[in-house]
Amino acid sequence: MSTTPNKREETLGGYIVHNIPFPVETNPEALAWLKKMTPIQIEQPYQITYLHSYAQDSPWFAGLTNKKLLANQDDQTGYTYATPRGHDMYTGAETKWIDITERDAKVHAFTVCHFGSEEFLPETPFVLALVEFEGVNTLLLTRILGIDPMQASLDWIGMSVQPQFLRNSKLKPTDVYFTPVA
Amino acid sequence: MRPVYAISGGVSKFAKSRPDKTFAAIVKEAYDYAINDIGLDFPTFTRLVDGSVASYFSDHFSRQLMAAIMAQDYLGLIPKPSHRVEGGGATGGLCFQEAWKSIASGHMDICVAYGFETMSHVETWKGNEFIALASDISFDYPVGGFYSGYYAMMVTRHMKEFGTTVEQMAHVSVKNHINAFHNPYSQKRNRYTIEDVRNSPMVAWPLTRLDICVMSDGAAATLLVSEEGLKKLEDAGAQIARPLVKVTGIGRGTDAMRMSDRPHVDYDNFIENYATQQEKDSADTMAYYKKLWEHGTRYPGVHSFRAGRTAGNMAYKHAGVSDPLRELDFVELHDAYTSSEIQTYEDLGLCRYGEGGPFAASGKAFMPGVDYGLDLVDAPACPVNPSGGLIACGHPVGATGLMQAVFAIWQLQGSVSQHFGDATLQLDAPQRGAIHSHAGTGTYVTVSILERE
Repeated sequence: MSTTPNKREETLGGYIVHNIPFPVETNPEALAWLKKMTPIQIEQPYQITYLHSYAQDSPWFAGLTNKKLLANQDDQTGYTYATPRGHDMYTGAETKWIDITERDAKVHAFTVCHFGSEEFLPETPFVLALVEFEGVNTLLLTRILGIDPMQASLDWIGMSVQPQFLRNSKLKPTDVYFTPVA
Repeated sequence: MRPVYAISGGVSKFAKSRPDKTFAAIVKEAYDYAINDIGLDFPTFTRLVDGSVASYFSDHFSRQLMAAIMAQDYLGLIPKPSHRVEGGGATGGLCFQEAWKSIASGHMDICVAYGFETMSHVETWKGNEFIALASDISFDYPVGGFYSGYYAMMVTRHMKEFGTTVEQMAHVSVKNHINAFHNPYSQKRNRYTIEDVRNSPMVAWPLTRLDICVMSDGAAATLLVSEEGLKKLEDAGAQIARPLVKVTGIGRGTDAMRMSDRPHVDYDNFIENYATQQEKDSADTMAYYKKLWEHGTRYPGVHSFRAGRTAGNMAYKHAGVSDPLRELDFVELHDAYTSSEIQTYEDLGLCRYGEGGPFAASGKAFMPGVDYGLDLVDAPACPVNPSGGLIACGHPVGATGLMQAVFAIWQLQGSVSQHFGDATLQLDAPQRGAIHSHAGTGTYVTVSILERE
């Protein structure tokens, strides 16, 4: 049978503080003074790695590694989704895969992000856009390269663009991006 | 369904940071204010209240799961029934409506709806990252997840489609900031000009920093009761303001999480499923829409919020509103962006789709008797965001929709002067107002109608 030490080990690291201003006597007046104390704030790090599955959308990412842009289509109605969707929202049926790599594509809407979420701040300014495809009912969120982000113009809407694929795929939707058609 | 009355409310001072109190203690500020406002002491109200609904958006901001039960506990409401609701930016609006349901269904006679968010615990750009996680993490977030970017894309389409201008958007910012100048609860109390808005740092083209709301720490609470609940409180000594404020309509709508998935429906589909009755009844408006569609407009695309139109139509039908611009005396709507206020004018039928820009600059949505330093051609018709809205008051997400409810209650009670210490923002005997709460890129939207009895 073993007992734990009767004194907790003192460790280095984190916050080490001594004697934050405090009343010498803990009488009612002194304790009331504590109501005026400024708050103590500490850092609480939080980091976690998730194992994320692309699940039924996985072939879309596999397509990007092979320089193919896939879309989903309802077999019965032909309604086509540029952003993968395993089941059609109108018929409820499972969709099929089609290849839209060569379809005419245009900028439907865009912005230039001069700020961003923390993860993307180093990449600013970047052009974020929704792209429309010939014969496709929905849009695809993507990045546009090959234009000057400091010269943003509504004329970019309607601009013909074409997909480009990363050579070294990262298995992210940014494996495809678009540039203006020359 | 039974009649539901919104009898009282409280709002903590919205601030960039409130390290002086825990989130639960900030909720208590708003809660205590609402109880004090009906003249009851804490133990008496605690004895009478049947339960609550709690509202906060993100577990990430406080790194505290089940935060709502900690608030319930701190408010002394345990073991009474409660549940948390969450629906992005519309969380507060959903909470208000869930409390309404608790009363209307007969499940409770007295229900408190409280909400909060403490967003200051992380850096601003990390906070933006948390918010962006409320977009599809397979296809949206990794491309550059940033809500200001999403809304900026919507408005470039709105500008291209309808000719909306950045100056029209800036009118919204000037209006809401100057309104908030008279609201002591607001986070930002500044007078800006159109030039100030346009010259502030560009965040996501064409939205500048002054086109966008700020993150906040804050809380809000409202008390909803049935006729029986009213009697119980008054029998216990409550002094409840007359005229009473009744919740006469609620509506909700939803849309696809990914903006890219929104449909682009044809004219007939739009008229049949989305046009307001007022629009259907107007040959001029039908012809106007026909022309828009002939020029290529499709609905909702990314320029309009189908969820907002659905929620508005539902609430109007419930409350018997057929001409919102004339039958609503004010609207507190979710202006996370100046552009989304303009989009929402259209969704709520204050003007036709495509006319939100000119409407914003016309003066119709401005407060009477307030000097904005602008040349406005029209007199106020239906002031929008008389409180200053999210852009100026701040947007502590779980509290925001309830803040709107509190300001609407005070507006209809005629008690703005009492609560603000300034009568500037009190409308002259308003009869009916709407509150509008909005999530994501338009994924959940609630509209509730409040009326003076």
